[in-house]
Amino acid sequence: MREKIRVSGLRYAVGEGAEILKGVDAEVPGGRITAVVGPSGAGKSTLLRAINRLIEPTGGEVYLDGEPTSALDPLELRRRVGMVFQLPALFGATVGDAVLYGARLAGRDADAGRLLAMVGLDPSLAGRHPDALSVGQQQRVSMARALALEPEALLLDEPTSALDEGARDVVEALILDLNGRLGLTIILVSHALDQVGRVADRVVVLAAGRSEGGWGREEFFSGEGERARRLISGRP
Amino acid sequence: MGNTETIFSALLTLGLVAVAVALSLYEGLDLERDIGVAVVRSFAQLAAMGYAIDYVFGLESLAAVALLLTGMVLFAGWTSARRAQGVPRAFAVAAGAIGVAAVATLGLLLLLRVVPPTARYLIPLGGMVIGNAMNTASLTLTRIRDDLAQGRPAVEAALALGATSRQAVAPVLKTALQRAMIPLIDSTKTAGIVFLPGAMVGMIIAGADPLEAARLQIVVLYMLLGSVSVSAILAGLLSYRFFFTKRHQLRAARPAAGQRGDPPAG
Repeated sequence: MREKIRVSGLRYAVGEGAEILKGVDAEVPGGRITAVVGPSGAGKSTLLRAINRLIEPTGGEVYLDGEPTSALDPLELRRRVGMVFQLPALFGATVGDAVLYGARLAGRDADAGRLLAMVGLDPSLAGRHPDALSVGQQQRVSMARALALEPEALLLDEPTSALDEGARDVVEALILDLNGRLGLTIILVSHALDQVGRVADRVVVLAAGRSEGGWGREEFFSGEGERARRLISGRP
Repeated sequence: MGNTETIFSALLTLGLVAVAVALSLYEGLDLERDIGVAVVRSFAQLAAMGYAIDYVFGLESLAAVALLLTGMVLFAGWTSARRAQGVPRAFAVAAGAIGVAAVATLGLLLLLRVVPPTARYLIPLGGMVIGNAMNTASLTLTRIRDDLAQGRPAVEAALALGATSRQAVAPVLKTALQRAMIPLIDSTKTAGIVFLPGAMVGMIIAGADPLEAARLQIVVLYMLLGSVSVSAILAGLLSYRFFFTKRHQLRAARPAAGQRGDPPAG
């Protein structure tokens, strides 16, 4: 399977503070959904931010299609590797403006109605104020605005943790749909193993800033991944 | 001239301060110490400034005026930087913004011959320009600092969509500049109706023609609007870039003692 993103010996620390990432290795195959799981404080969100260089790693490298991302223009990198956060943080006077924010900055044409339809929202919502939407709908808008840049990969940072069960199911279905229909490479940070079981093809385990290995979903949930699953749940 | 007697006669108004202290004691406001510090400092500072201006008047040298104004700019920059703790390079940013505001507005007034190039005009007007520019710089810097801390998710969301630092910070900058400039715009709108501004009050009491006082007050207000705008815009544009790296990354908030750094690992 073609490797889309490779993380090699990645380290990160703030100033003189303790290291949050202490040498993380991970492989992310193209066109698949890779889940990053681990106990809270493991460095999962930090790893995602280092991949699209919202933060500058203090050591190691991230490769995109075999190319070191430290050599890429960070703005171009972020357009190629989109990101969806835990909270939507939409800006603009209308939902349409919010969807087209990044595409307009990049000087690209995009159709807000079509993008809204892509995430299962009624295109007529484009004229509404973002605050008029439910949190679940806002989260789908934040996925639409990432898709507006036609990214090659999508980083999802606990995208359903602020949602209720119904909205969570909708977003999970959307993740599977985007991966299936567009062949998007997706990295999903999650703390919920049941979600990983429903969505992910591959699982990478992170604990205390170190990578503990990667498994296919079946392996991970079979006897082989038992040690890793115990690590995540915090049970000895 | 009896300058010394004049200044010490101001001490008689301490009776009014006593009213404030008595109120604070009676109501348990716990402000006596602050009132005391304020009274002693303001007396010492204003008396010293009075003697300094008197001395500079005697020198009849524009270089001495420039030196005095430079000292005021540096002190204003230091005061503003203390208010804006946590803003990287706050002193350089604040002193730069205040200094440019003072030079631009006073320079324009001189160039257009609105005021003559004498110490009698330049020092008081300079003091007003610098004081107002200082307040504006403080407001702008603290607002940007607080909004970048609170609005971190929105700024990072914009960066993640390929925005430059400047584009991502634009809404924060806009609010900070608005908030910093609105007080002066409002007081300019109501000048002459709700209150008589300080310069006009002073001139009328000192026996000047009320029309001449009004003319100078108009000059002062427009000058302050100009200097406050320059100070706010410069403080904003100079400071925001220090919150970001060259690679369009929002820097981690400086961890306070005993706290873990940003971003939260998870």
